[in-house]
Amino acid sequence: MSQTSQNRASAPRSRVVASVAFGMAGALALAACSPPGGDAEPEADQTTAAPDSSVTEGPAGEVSCGTEEVTLEAYVETGFPLFGELAAEFEAQHDNVTFNIREDQFAVITQNAPRILADSETDIMRLPQMSELASQGLLLDLDSYAESFGWDQWPSSQLEQMRVDSEGRRGSGPLYAMGVNFSMTGVFYNKELAEQIGMTEPPATLAEFDEYLQAAADAGLTPINQFNGGATGGLAFPLQGLMASYGPPSEINSWIYLQDGATIDTDTNLEAAQHLNGWIESGYFADDINAIDYSQMMSRFIGGESVFIFNGDWESGNLDAQMPGNVGFFLMPPLEEGGQLGAMSAPLTYGVSANAANPDCAATFLNWVATDETARTIAVEVGGSHPMGPADAFMPEVDPNSVTAQTLEAGAIVGENNGAMDFIANATGAIYAESWTPNLQRMVAGEQTPEGLLESVQSDYLEQIGG
Amino acid sequence: MARPWRSSPGASAPALTEEPPGDIRSRRRADKARRLRAGLPGLLLVAPALFFYALFVLRPLAATVQYSLYDWNGITTAEWAGLDNYVRLVTDPDLIGPIVNAFQLILYFSVIPVIFGVIAAAIIRKFGESKLALASRTVLFLPQVIPLVAAGIMWTWLLASNGLVNQGLALIGLDGVTRAWLGDFDTALPAVGIIGAWVNVGLCMLLMLAGMTKIDPALYEAARLDGAGAIREFFAVTLPAVKQELGVAIIITVISALRSFDIIYISTQGGPGNATLVPGLEIYRLAFFEREIGQASAMAVALTALVLIVVLPLNRITRSESTS
Repeated sequence: MSQTSQNRASAPRSRVVASVAFGMAGALALAACSPPGGDAEPEADQTTAAPDSSVTEGPAGEVSCGTEEVTLEAYVETGFPLFGELAAEFEAQHDNVTFNIREDQFAVITQNAPRILADSETDIMRLPQMSELASQGLLLDLDSYAESFGWDQWPSSQLEQMRVDSEGRRGSGPLYAMGVNFSMTGVFYNKELAEQIGMTEPPATLAEFDEYLQAAADAGLTPINQFNGGATGGLAFPLQGLMASYGPPSEINSWIYLQDGATIDTDTNLEAAQHLNGWIESGYFADDINAIDYSQMMSRFIGGESVFIFNGDWESGNLDAQMPGNVGFFLMPPLEEGGQLGAMSAPLTYGVSANAANPDCAATFLNWVATDETARTIAVEVGGSHPMGPADAFMPEVDPNSVTAQTLEAGAIVGENNGAMDFIANATGAIYAESWTPNLQRMVAGEQTPEGLLESVQSDYLEQIGG
Repeated sequence: MARPWRSSPGASAPALTEEPPGDIRSRRRADKARRLRAGLPGLLLVAPALFFYALFVLRPLAATVQYSLYDWNGITTAEWAGLDNYVRLVTDPDLIGPIVNAFQLILYFSVIPVIFGVIAAAIIRKFGESKLALASRTVLFLPQVIPLVAAGIMWTWLLASNGLVNQGLALIGLDGVTRAWLGDFDTALPAVGIIGAWVNVGLCMLLMLAGMTKIDPALYEAARLDGAGAIREFFAVTLPAVKQELGVAIIITVISALRSFDIIYISTQGGPGNATLVPGLEIYRLAFFEREIGQASAMAVALTALVLIVVLPLNRITRSESTS
């Protein structure tokens, strides 16, 4: 009897042991013990073979959407009407083409990109930082299309950022994406407030800009609102602008493109970081920038709460609508009048999956966006940015008083200066969230020095590209 | 190993013990068969749940352990890394910081809500079934009903530089201390902690109230007769009676502190400068931004182990106390 009771007492425990063992064994059996991954990877030759078979034949212009019914699967960023309007116009011009558009926030696209590209037949997809995607064979090599459509005749700087070599370095190698337009950053200002501080036209030099910032502070205005809270270190915008005023933009690009031996920790970049820190210490930024996000910055600027913001021309259309005639734009001024300057200028990149069902039609669409007059008009009016394509291509009329006109004009100046740079946050997938943002936030709080900022970003960079 | 395996759930214990001799043996066999017959329907009833549990809990758990031993970007074939990911976990200060933050959060997510919850419950109990008790119960429990994301968004507005908190402070002449609470290195973690405390108080209070309703009113009467005041009564009668609920509340809230993600993701994203970075967020970043699935999995396994290490002793303490 005592034995039975003992059995009973031990029963629950052994039952637990048994069920755990059962469950774990089952679980382990389900999770096969071979290394994870691999089977979803597209075969290497597939990525190059697919376009070759259909494209290299015959002269340019043969690649098209054909005449049979085609449904293009698109995965794009939500909140921006540009792609949808382009797609609608393309459908109107091509009876047999239908778009099936799925939208997500950019952060979601960033997380899902590898899986979507590997597991689905997405024809056109808005791409995040793309060097890993390309070097992992998830994106279609577009070089043969570039050749047949004549993209290779465009200014090479337009496509440079979308070329990735076999080791994941950008700037050269096969073309893995295409832009629907290219955006550019600089300084937006509130014209009414600028007049109050005696600024009737944009500053010609950095020193002049400093004077206006001081004048704004003296007048009791908030000189600059800039998003820098959460995971979005928006001070990277002015920092990179200053870097291009102090030093050559090409060096910054080679750092972003992961070229061998490139470093962000240079003397001129240090001067730029020190200049930015000077602005922080002089109180030119709103004192809560470490807590404000992008949309707060925009609503404050539109509400007339700051004289300047550092932002990109993707807001031109919006600002023209919200503050008509009251917004001006200029590029981060050079050290000396007429001197070297630069701007972050990046194509709004779309790629084609290596598994795409209709790569020809997708490429035709991307080419149409850059060459069709209606499409270019949509790109300017809805997107607010400069369309891709040949330098002498058609440009729609724009109201000369609008900020859109000013940003388009500034784009030409950047082009002349060879000042186009990709964003320093795009060097690696993690450099922005893991390194630029926390270090810039520390600098705002006085817990990081300009020297320390560049040193620690550089060391994180080396760790990330080494790993 | 073979024995517990064969005695899968339902067939259970007897197989583990030594075979008894003679007639006891046959009686035992009959006993066993009967229990098996009785257990079979039970097993069948449990089977669907067990299947899904294995599929959605045990399998991912095993897969996470497996991934943690590889260097993997999530797509291409993984490379064996052995324990490298775990070594990095204890040597890289960037990965230790979040764990330290999580332990600091225990103060806000667990200690404060539990203390506040007990006191609130004791006071509410005094009001009995009055409307005031109902109202305060509802108000305190409401944060539990609101999705954490909504709570996070609401609090970021309240704590913004021009938010209600700062407006209130300015109103009473405390302009000097107003700041962007979530954007300040010194206050970001406590500010996030306050959000967690606000959410967890309701749960703690409800658990305590449930425990207090079981208390025999005679005990209070006896305490009164012995001359105990309200405070003495609280420590002598109420608190010992809700020990078990206290244990549950502590365990649940400590777990919520260690695995916190939602509130921080919404309010600060780990900023400013990683001041509020917690393991959950770091795992997410490693997996989806750095695409280091192996490292992220190693951290997830470590976090699971950490939660167990912290919670199991707590569980034991509260159990033994409640039986003594």
